[in-house]
Amino acid sequence: MKKMSSYEAPWGKGAQLFIIRTGEWRYQRPVVSGDKCCQCGSCYLFCPVGCIEDKGKYYAANGDYCKGCGICASVCSANAIKMVREDGS
Amino acid sequence: MEAKTEHKEQLKVLDGNRAAAYGVMLCQPDVVCVYPITPQTPLLETLYEFRSKGLLRAEMLEPESEHASMSILRGASASGARTFTATAAQGLMFMYEACINVATMRLPVVMVIVCRELTAPHGVTCGEQDAISAKDAGWIQIHTESCQEILDSIIMAYRLSESPDVLVPVTICYDGYFLSHLWEQVYIPSIEAVQRFLPPLQMAPVIDPQSSMIISPFLPPGGGTEYRYKHSAALERAKIKYETIDKEFQEAFNRSYGGTIEEYKCEDAEIVLITMGSCTGTARTVIDQKRDEGVKVGLIKVRMYRPFPKERLLDALKGKKAIGVIDRNICFGWNQGALSTDLKATAYELRTFVPIVNFIGGLCGADITKGHIARAIDETNLVAKGNAFREVMWLDLE
Repeated sequence: MKKMSSYEAPWGKGAQLFIIRTGEWRYQRPVVSGDKCCQCGSCYLFCPVGCIEDKGKYYAANGDYCKGCGICASVCSANAIKMVREDGS
Repeated sequence: MEAKTEHKEQLKVLDGNRAAAYGVMLCQPDVVCVYPITPQTPLLETLYEFRSKGLLRAEMLEPESEHASMSILRGASASGARTFTATAAQGLMFMYEACINVATMRLPVVMVIVCRELTAPHGVTCGEQDAISAKDAGWIQIHTESCQEILDSIIMAYRLSESPDVLVPVTICYDGYFLSHLWEQVYIPSIEAVQRFLPPLQMAPVIDPQSSMIISPFLPPGGGTEYRYKHSAALERAKIKYETIDKEFQEAFNRSYGGTIEEYKCEDAEIVLITMGSCTGTARTVIDQKRDEGVKVGLIKVRMYRPFPKERLLDALKGKKAIGVIDRNICFGWNQGALSTDLKATAYELRTFVPIVNFIGGLCGADITKGHIARAIDETNLVAKGNAFREVMWLDLE
């Protein structure tokens, strides 16, 4: 029988659990200007997929999982996040 | 049922809810999270009493709903805690989404369902419609007949659920009022004996704040199929495992319930009556009377309703002339009870036609009386002797 993982249930530690890359669904992406970011953490708290990462001096989305919903740009008090279309238009 | 065990057992008079509370206390769960609902409430109250006396060391949380209680246990169980909850009727329906979540994550949660009729009509009366509505939730479901069996089944439930080759949550079901509020003598095993029978829960991996973990991830289409396959295979293993656990329970406590099903006077029987839950006790008495009258009738009590113990039922039903099934529920759209439809699916593998007559009774708090059971046996006997086959008979209506 064809099996993908040695896990009994879909939870555990390690890389065997294949996770869908929701970033592939995106038509727009958040672009952060690092010097404008005040590190308030609003984007981190509000991101529905939890893909915002602390980069030290600013926060940015993990492109593998960011669906491009734009909530981070909407809640950013410093106006540091702009949504940019993936097709460049 | 006589307890002739060497270790000391305490004899008390308890109702079903209190017997269940003793069963839970003896298993010493780490987290108990129960939302009160009639007729389960005295179970929760007794657990709090045990907690206040220091007999139960569990962390007891007060959830805002049944859905919350099961969701809290989902997290607690995933972090390696032994857990317990209980509910009934509408509470179970509200909890259902979280129930599926716990089962498909294969968490060894143990729950009690105090069977109560679902509304409408409104009421808090007995009926097994709630438990039957949750039969496809992926849980193991065990139905009990007496207060002693409730207590013992809870201890066995933790053993089964926590077995590394099973890891499926278990519900212990007992009829509201007929068992939950009925007082019987109950032997309470010592906590040391229970601890010997039930080793501490060993789960790996568990949630650990120090290292990240993937829980119920978003999988691509078809990515979850193998988890369904594994879950189903674990339920098949659970049937075999439960027979072993019942034997080990007998060795430790001198009480046995026959494993997944219990056969009563079946060997030489020509017809068999099949029951589940509290009406089994009444059925035993009627079977004895009918035996005295010369009717060769036997009784099978289905204890494990999910996974359905079809292998053992097939063995027990081989060569019988007719089967009567009593259901305290209705499978809407089938015009029969759930046990009856499952039994018919099982009887396909007998390869010979055996008439199965369904009797629906005890709905909405109605009693299943000795008279009802005698009629069910008579009707099944007539069918065995060649009378016209009837699919279903509503005991209270004809």
